[in-house]
Amino acid sequence: MKKETWKELTIGTINLDAGNSVKNLTGTWRSGHKPEFIADNCIQCFFCWLYCPHFAILVEDEEVIGINYDYCTGCGMCAEECPSKEKSIVMVKEEIKLAEGGTT
Amino acid sequence: MAKLKDLAKMEDRLVAGHGMCLGCGIPLIFKVVLRATEDPLIIANATGCLEVCTTIFPRTAWNVTWIHSAFENAASTIAGVEAMYKALKRKGKIPKDKTIKFLGTAGDGGTYDIGLQALSGTMERGHDIVYLCYDNNAYANTGGQRSSATPLGASASTSPAGTQSPGKLQWRKDLTKILAAHNVPYVAQACPSRWQDLYNKAKKAFEIEGPAFLNVLCLCPTEWKYEESKGIELAKIAVDSCVWPLYEVENGKYKVNYKPKEKKPILEWIKPQGRFRHLFKEENAWVLEEFQKKVDEEWEELNRLASL
Repeated sequence: MKKETWKELTIGTINLDAGNSVKNLTGTWRSGHKPEFIADNCIQCFFCWLYCPHFAILVEDEEVIGINYDYCTGCGMCAEECPSKEKSIVMVKEEIKLAEGGTT
Repeated sequence: MAKLKDLAKMEDRLVAGHGMCLGCGIPLIFKVVLRATEDPLIIANATGCLEVCTTIFPRTAWNVTWIHSAFENAASTIAGVEAMYKALKRKGKIPKDKTIKFLGTAGDGGTYDIGLQALSGTMERGHDIVYLCYDNNAYANTGGQRSSATPLGASASTSPAGTQSPGKLQWRKDLTKILAAHNVPYVAQACPSRWQDLYNKAKKAFEIEGPAFLNVLCLCPTEWKYEESKGIELAKIAVDSCVWPLYEVENGKYKVNYKPKEKKPILEWIKPQGRFRHLFKEENAWVLEEFQKKVDEEWEELNRLASL
């Protein structure tokens, strides 16, 4: 992909491409731990959704269905705040490898 | 009462791909606050963590109209936009039945210190806006310099703890009360660990005609130096120890929104945070004592005001 430079900026530095930060895959700088979702334990309280700073909780048809690893930075707040009897999100160690893609 | 499931259904006005730190508290605040109105929203954002991290060139994490203003004038910027909106409405260029909401925002550096003059003017002129300060207790975006919101005894890059100093020597400025003294319709203090309270306050702030001010405690694992996964736990302690009491001032009337059943000692708030680590040295014991004393005094005074 061609690298964007200041020349492509709209005069007045207006960015009309609202929400284009979704192209920044913050999951590429994850901490070395990642959350794992255990659907059977989930009570659908949405606390993980509420307390995820990187908008990485996947919700479909009004249900939490998993983690979006493209954005998850591995802070662990979702697992920490998960109130279900048996945790429905647990943190696991992850091998750190160079990410493919990421920001352009 | 709002349900999280319903809030989750609403469109994100701040989206993924922003560059805020692991465990950052800012998105947790805005996720809730931006859902407290369904009207179109225009935001003016002063320089600070939120601004820098959400608009890294050439991208933006904002799904609403968003204006970057300088460190000192987010309040003036949003006041100007609101004044223009009123003028265009008067001239019939914006339909009478169309409502737009306005939000000015900055961190504690841009609010307590640098932006206070602009904020004070905006409040005094009575613009119909909401101003939100996300108070993470430091200039976290530039390396953690102390601000007037930094707590007593915290080590910051410009108030470092060492052999000659126990960290910051001054008690924090009580900005919420300063704003209440502007006699605006609505002033409130909130915390993301009690999201329902935060949501209600934001909703009220947007609905009330005239200026409203929200001061929200914002977790900052980077500058407070705690394990980032424990952030919400820490925020709960801030509220339960009355270090960060939840209250609102509506048309001059104080109301405490949450009284902890058992007031936790400030030590529970201080212990997990690296910025206070040095306070456990013998020679700094007076700081802890002073801290507890001040928190108790302020809590007592707040309850007195609420009983009037």
